[in-house]
Amino acid sequence: MGTPSNVKLLDENGIRLDGRGPQELRPIRLRTDVLERADGSAMIEWGGNKIIVAVYGPREAYPKHTQDIEKAVIKARYNMAAFSVDERKRPGPDRRSVEISKVISEALTAAVMVELFPRTQIDVFIEVAQADAGTRIASLTAASVALANAGIPMRDFVVGCTVGKVEGKVVLDLSKEEDNFGQADLPVAVLAKTGEVVLIQMDGDLSKEEFNEGMSMIMTATARIHEIQRTALSEKYKEMDMGGAE
Amino acid sequence: MIGTDEKKEMVFPGDIVEHGNLGMRNGLFRAEDGSFRSQYFGIVQRGEEFIDVVPFHGTYVPRRNDKVIGKILDVGPSMWTVDIKSPYMTMLHMNDTPWRLSSGDIKRALKVGDYVYGKVQTVNEVKESWITLKEPGQGLRKLEGGHIIYVPSPKVPRIIGKGGAMVNMIKDATDTRIVIGQNGIIWIDGPIEGVEKATEAIEMIRNMAHTNGLTDRMTEFLKIEKKGDE
Repeated sequence: MGTPSNVKLLDENGIRLDGRGPQELRPIRLRTDVLERADGSAMIEWGGNKIIVAVYGPREAYPKHTQDIEKAVIKARYNMAAFSVDERKRPGPDRRSVEISKVISEALTAAVMVELFPRTQIDVFIEVAQADAGTRIASLTAASVALANAGIPMRDFVVGCTVGKVEGKVVLDLSKEEDNFGQADLPVAVLAKTGEVVLIQMDGDLSKEEFNEGMSMIMTATARIHEIQRTALSEKYKEMDMGGAE
Repeated sequence: MIGTDEKKEMVFPGDIVEHGNLGMRNGLFRAEDGSFRSQYFGIVQRGEEFIDVVPFHGTYVPRRNDKVIGKILDVGPSMWTVDIKSPYMTMLHMNDTPWRLSSGDIKRALKVGDYVYGKVQTVNEVKESWITLKEPGQGLRKLEGGHIIYVPSPKVPRIIGKGGAMVNMIKDATDTRIVIGQNGIIWIDGPIEGVEKATEAIEMIRNMAHTNGLTDRMTEFLKIEKKGDE
């Protein structure tokens, strides 16, 4: 972040390195039921990100001291593959992935009706096969689809998106170069219907005006991403329903 | 809702479900603004009095008066622990069985791995539950012989059908005895060909539980199977 470099992130027309405008998202592909054994699963390809999410549960929480007598515990595990980044990542949990696992668990807990399943745990395994900036919000977006796919009762979907500051301009959905050499990065996750913020982190700095501009960009973008989530879930059943109507 | 050609309404978690003057039953919650919203990704079913959302997948949570099939996991001095394919185990006390047993010697009645068909007697606020085999006239018993198959619990109503229409049709066509637990465990007994056919039929319903005209297709399927028999 803010690393001095001679990379030109925006051209004179405000077009970004990958040819996008400031309010444009990278292409998103989302599929469900990608894993046979999991109760629910989803795979998201968001720009260069490739992430698989598997959901298991609710099931009895182990070790027993993690049980909550009043609600289910969501145990998310965010893990990056050794080959997911340019330079080999040392496998296993590190400070960053422990942090991301924690914020993802908390964001999902806001959407899932955890009070219906006391003493249980819901496992959310997130495997990043290829990382390209914005993995935490891509993971969250896919995880809430995997949870819905598993038939876990939820109040709402969690949808995420990032904004950042690149060469003094606020832009949506940072790419890897923009994330590395830009001036700020603001990942946000919201509940799709209510717009309630369930995750917000900021790296670098934004003025109050830039922050507000970024947030309104995120709100419009999440509405679009939410549509992708719905299409991904219903795709499989649409075909079958047609078959049923014959 | 079986055999009707009504358009099925698909809903996602958090979607508002128009309820008119119908009551809210399973799979819905009341939002802060007073609207009824879906908890699940599933299909809306409107009955005469109530409205439900039936999810495509999901686990079973024990409810009072449900009849379930469970597998004995552990034998204690006076109680069995029973696995009902749910996040929660259930318990069966020796006094809730039709047999006269003395504490410490209950495994002569049921041992680990046996299946029972029981009724959920109580569920408490932390979802601990107890089942009973003692209510007469409801077919509650130890299940001896037979085969066990599993379907997700949200599909069970479709397999039973209106007033048991679907399952009776399968029973008649395949010459088998079938017991269905609310929790999705199904016990089938009879000649092996019949069991195979019934399993196939149930799997077909499981995969198409959310489609229209299922009864008709089932009739067709069972008829063809029968012809192939002769």
